[in-house]
Amino acid sequence: MFDNLFGIHEPALLLHGQRLSVLANNLANADTPGFKARDIDFAAVLSGTDTEAPLPVTVTHAAHMAVPAGGADAADLKYRNPYQASLDGNTVEMPVEQAAFSESNVRYQASLGFINGHIAELQFAIAGS
Amino acid sequence: MSLFNVFNISGSALNAQTIRLNTTASNLANAESVSGDAAKVYRARHPVFQTLMDDDDTAPEETGGSAGVRVLAIVESQVAPVMHFDPNNPAANKDGYVYSSNVNPIEEMANMISANRSFATDVEAINTARDLLLKTIAMGH
Repeated sequence: MFDNLFGIHEPALLLHGQRLSVLANNLANADTPGFKARDIDFAAVLSGTDTEAPLPVTVTHAAHMAVPAGGADAADLKYRNPYQASLDGNTVEMPVEQAAFSESNVRYQASLGFINGHIAELQFAIAGS
Repeated sequence: MSLFNVFNISGSALNAQTIRLNTTASNLANAESVSGDAAKVYRARHPVFQTLMDDDDTAPEETGGSAGVRVLAIVESQVAPVMHFDPNNPAANKDGYVYSSNVNPIEEMANMISANRSFATDVEAINTARDLLLKTIAMGH
């Protein structure tokens, strides 16, 4: 019952956390020659998690490590196409990255809000008043 | 929790931009420096940034293996210093010439503004990550 308590919002929260980290890395390397900006294709990663995990990993031994649901790996990181590439090979465009960063920030807070709503509902159901 | 990476990544950028601002300050301070010897006169210094690769194998995939930025080296400008005829200058050589530094103040000011903006952006990223983590900690309250 409690496996999928928060629905899409739990993997979405983790994914937005990762995306913020990737975007912070882009911002940190805004002045690094040759650096290629990257981003997570959010829709592509999330479409792999919107149903029940397609092939859940079965844990049959005490030494098996749990595979976390959702989350992106290196394969989900895509290089950004710059609107105008700079001469030193750097593809970080500060306004683009700042816009993506604040978008991810808002989406993270939205997921957090939904999770908080779920928790409030459950507490109401448990307490009954 | 990958949001904690933001502190390390943006922190490394703050450090790199601080070094850049320091070299700019040093260049501007020495913009009027002169010497009687072309080899000894102050030359403009500029840091070269490099992406810091994450050698921690536990979570290399989270940011694609890179984790911030570092200063690879500080290089001196190769522009030839300008020679002036100034025989009254105590630093003048036997022919009465002094060499002034090759610092370009306009270039340095533009560099300083760029470093300033990058620094402010990185501080903003840290503040955002901190706010989000504090809200996550307060989840359910």
